[in-house]
Amino acid sequence: MPRLSVWFIRASLLYLLLGFLFGALLLAQKGISFYSPVWYIFPLHMEFLLMGWLVQLTMGVAFWILPRFSIGQSRGNKPLILISFALINAGTLIGILQFWFPVVLLIGRVSEVGAGIVFAAGLWRRVKPHGVL
Amino acid sequence: MPLLTRIFIKTAMIYLALALVFGILLASGVTNGLFPVYIHLLVFGWLTQLIFGVVFWMFPKYSVEKPRGSEALGWWTYALLNIGLLVRAIAEPIQSMQPNPFGGWLLVISAVIQFMAGLLFVVNSWGRVKEK
Repeated sequence: MPRLSVWFIRASLLYLLLGFLFGALLLAQKGISFYSPVWYIFPLHMEFLLMGWLVQLTMGVAFWILPRFSIGQSRGNKPLILISFALINAGTLIGILQFWFPVVLLIGRVSEVGAGIVFAAGLWRRVKPHGVL
Repeated sequence: MPLLTRIFIKTAMIYLALALVFGILLASGVTNGLFPVYIHLLVFGWLTQLIFGVVFWMFPKYSVEKPRGSEALGWWTYALLNIGLLVRAIAEPIQSMQPNPFGGWLLVISAVIQFMAGLLFVVNSWGRVKEK
């Protein structure tokens, strides 16, 4: 497994833990209503599990297992994938600040769009038929 | 494919079908507490459980002696995920229609159990996410 995939997947595991923790707090709140402001973490529960866990895990696994090139850099343009790693995490984490600065939500989403585009650009040519070098 | 992976994936498929049935109920106007259950059957019961099974199967070996890490932790993850999700799927609609302390505490127990499933999965998988 390449180093960048390790970063993507380990980060996704951390988001999984945080997302599950937030979800557990929300479900418990539904059950016994111990602290109603806990509902403020609902957007983070969704963001961490969808973007942080599911999307980031698939990015890491795709970078690892998609067909490689026989010539040159075997996994394509690594700097682009590194940038997408930075952007997806910046976009996901910046959401924490949305309670105090609502505008950062928009900035975070733009960052996530950038991550998706850069990631696709970095991996595009690796989605290829067998035999293409 | 190891036994635990087969069980994870087949259980995930059952949740997929069940979630889609819940989708029919929602579209038919039956809404009492079902929407969050529908979402979690799909995202947790299907997607996440499928991923857990495939990760246990295909991620790099932990060691020669224990290629898939701790089998016991894997089974505990499976049990906790499914017990927690089933308890939620039963208790949440009931709690939304007729709130009562028993149903409320069932949701708390479900919350703790589901979190523990995630924690055990991460503990067991972390060491297998490594460079070749």
